[in-house]
Amino acid sequence: MRGISRRFGGRFSRTALALTVVSGLTLTAAGCNSSSLGGDGALVVYTYGDGSTDVQQQAVSDFNKTSKVQVKLVTVPGANYASKLRMVMSSPVAPDVFFNWGGGSIEPYVKADQLVDLTPYFNEAPLKDAFLPSVVSAGAVDGKDYGVPMRGMQPVVLFYNKTLFAQYGLQAPNTWDAMQTAVTTLKAHGITPFALGDSDNWPSLMWLEYLLDRVGGASVFQKIQSGDASAWSDPAMSTALNDINLLIKEGAFGSTFTSENYTSNAAPTLLGTGKAGMQLMGSWDYANQVTNHASFAENDEAWTTFPTVPGGTGDPADVVGNPANYWSISARTKNLATAIKFVQFMTQTSYEKDQLAGGNMPTNTDAGALLPSYPNSQFLQFQYQTVQKAPSFQLSWDQALPTTVGTPLDTEVGRFFAGQVSVSQFESDMTNLQKNVG
Amino acid sequence: MTLTAPATKPQQRQGAASRRAKVGRPRLAWALPGVLFFALFAIAPMLYSLYLSFCGSWSGIGPARFVGLQDWHRLLSDPAIRQATTLTVEMTVLSWLFQTPISLLIGVWAAGKQRNRAIMSALFFLPLVLSSTAISLLFKALLDPNFGLASTFGPWLGFPQGNILGSSHGALLALVFVGGWQFMPFHTLIYQGGARQIPKSLYEAASLDGAGRVSQFFHITLPQLRHTITTSSVLIIVGSLTSFEMVFLLTNGGPGTSSTTLSLAMYQNAFQNFDFGYASALGTALVIVSTLLSLVMVKFSGFGSMRSTREGM
Repeated sequence: MRGISRRFGGRFSRTALALTVVSGLTLTAAGCNSSSLGGDGALVVYTYGDGSTDVQQQAVSDFNKTSKVQVKLVTVPGANYASKLRMVMSSPVAPDVFFNWGGGSIEPYVKADQLVDLTPYFNEAPLKDAFLPSVVSAGAVDGKDYGVPMRGMQPVVLFYNKTLFAQYGLQAPNTWDAMQTAVTTLKAHGITPFALGDSDNWPSLMWLEYLLDRVGGASVFQKIQSGDASAWSDPAMSTALNDINLLIKEGAFGSTFTSENYTSNAAPTLLGTGKAGMQLMGSWDYANQVTNHASFAENDEAWTTFPTVPGGTGDPADVVGNPANYWSISARTKNLATAIKFVQFMTQTSYEKDQLAGGNMPTNTDAGALLPSYPNSQFLQFQYQTVQKAPSFQLSWDQALPTTVGTPLDTEVGRFFAGQVSVSQFESDMTNLQKNVG
Repeated sequence: MTLTAPATKPQQRQGAASRRAKVGRPRLAWALPGVLFFALFAIAPMLYSLYLSFCGSWSGIGPARFVGLQDWHRLLSDPAIRQATTLTVEMTVLSWLFQTPISLLIGVWAAGKQRNRAIMSALFFLPLVLSSTAISLLFKALLDPNFGLASTFGPWLGFPQGNILGSSHGALLALVFVGGWQFMPFHTLIYQGGARQIPKSLYEAASLDGAGRVSQFFHITLPQLRHTITTSSVLIIVGSLTSFEMVFLLTNGGPGTSSTTLSLAMYQNAFQNFDFGYASALGTALVIVSTLLSLVMVKFSGFGSMRSTREGM
């Protein structure tokens, strides 16, 4: 479920459209009553509506007990949050505080001077040191902080079936050699080595993100993110792309991965039913397996970090994925003081506990101590320690880049995995794209 | 009859005129709600997107500024759009070739008086009452290579692993097939109606002259149905050019971009890349092409001149 929610491209057009229209009307009405036009001193907060919204609702009612200015939480349903937000931000009824994905998702707003620069507030207590530094930096644009982490961290990890691995005498796939042995052995026993929902494109992008980081380090993509389009043809990029080609050729993803997707659960089911041995996926897939394949999650599922790559210059402790979701504050807010107080509220232990109870791993520096008493604490601790140790936590590229580059990148990755473009074609396509529209 | 006609005709006319005067002819104001709605929800957005198509890569944040033909130049030189255009034309042609003969034959058959005809027609009509979303999700599940039927019948169709939706040709053919499955009932209905309008006397005369069923079909049914064929073809062609939900839900343009049609490219540019200017240029181009194409078809099929199918009767 969270896998769907983190992606904002609508997948069920009619329902989504209907919901958008309906919610559009109600939101406009809500905005008129309270925010910029009503002037009754309420603070309007927009959040992405899914299973995790209860935690935000709880935080708002806790906060309202302490504040004279009341916060009003508006839950925007469905997968079209990003386009909905874009419409409402250019209208007279923009929210004061809103949910976002950090990085490229807020860059256009920053460029249009629509967001409050939170850097000064991060530098003073209690925001300073409250969150893991790699998470905070993924919510920044051009070195200035615009986002306060407000939901769990979602690193991409390598899940595998430890029962299958034990059966065939395989080692945990945390080195390239161990992974290759696992691929050959599993294939020989008729098991797809890696489940991959390639028809969604973004699960395939995760492979490129990790391989580039392991081969060339975090700096290569940082160059791209800072606007240097020529970094798309960095030698590390070519090596990473060639590695993917080798994996495809040796059948590491099976032969039908171009038909499979993640969002309707095809790929996770392959892993959960033992038809595939491994899956590279965001940490949210663990909750997904607990729900859909409980006995697999309990008895067979194990996890590790992305394998080290021989000769790679990147730090093997680096992580990619979604560091967190963020609150940003609109520059047009009339209640800046309350808005700041509200985002500071995310540092409260009570909020962390609510998040953990809802299955999210908070990004607060002191969250580690809370973990042992929660169910699935093993996986929570693995996540927390991995991120805590990570020198770099790279936000998923399609969200770190401006949407005019990030979304076509997903498509280009899909073309690459489908064998429609070569390594050099991929590099020149992306270079040109970023030069032209980035 | 012929003698009384001149006497009664003026009287009738007068009667009609006075009736009209009494009831009152609907004034233009009566059409106002409809016209307003249409203007507000169809004409105005269309004009606004025409304007946006001259605004460069407007991201939806801040005001849109007129910059001229930038997006239109980009549209003409974009290889992705060229590919999408080729695909859309391929899909349109294949859809026409797939849907027209089958709906024509079933429609003509259903116009007859065979036993079980009513039941068969009702069953055949079912796909049309399902929503495109339901149909797309249904076929997506059926065509899943691991959990659907694709691994069983894929090999018969030349897709050894059942990788139909994941191969570029398979994805396109799947779209043509599923689209046909959904819309053939509708076209069958049109042909059924058309075939029922053909006067029985034509067939009676033909069978007196010794024409067989095949000869009757080619010399009476087909020529008599030519306006129906035009109507159905225009609908198939414009429908395929602008079809969206099915492509979006079934293949999402994949694998890679091998089933990205123009309308999907428009959606992706607007609501995923947030490039509203470019998407507006694409949308406007699609409206122009669809309109021109239907005008051309109507013109060349003689539908516009309203030549009767009953000429010489």
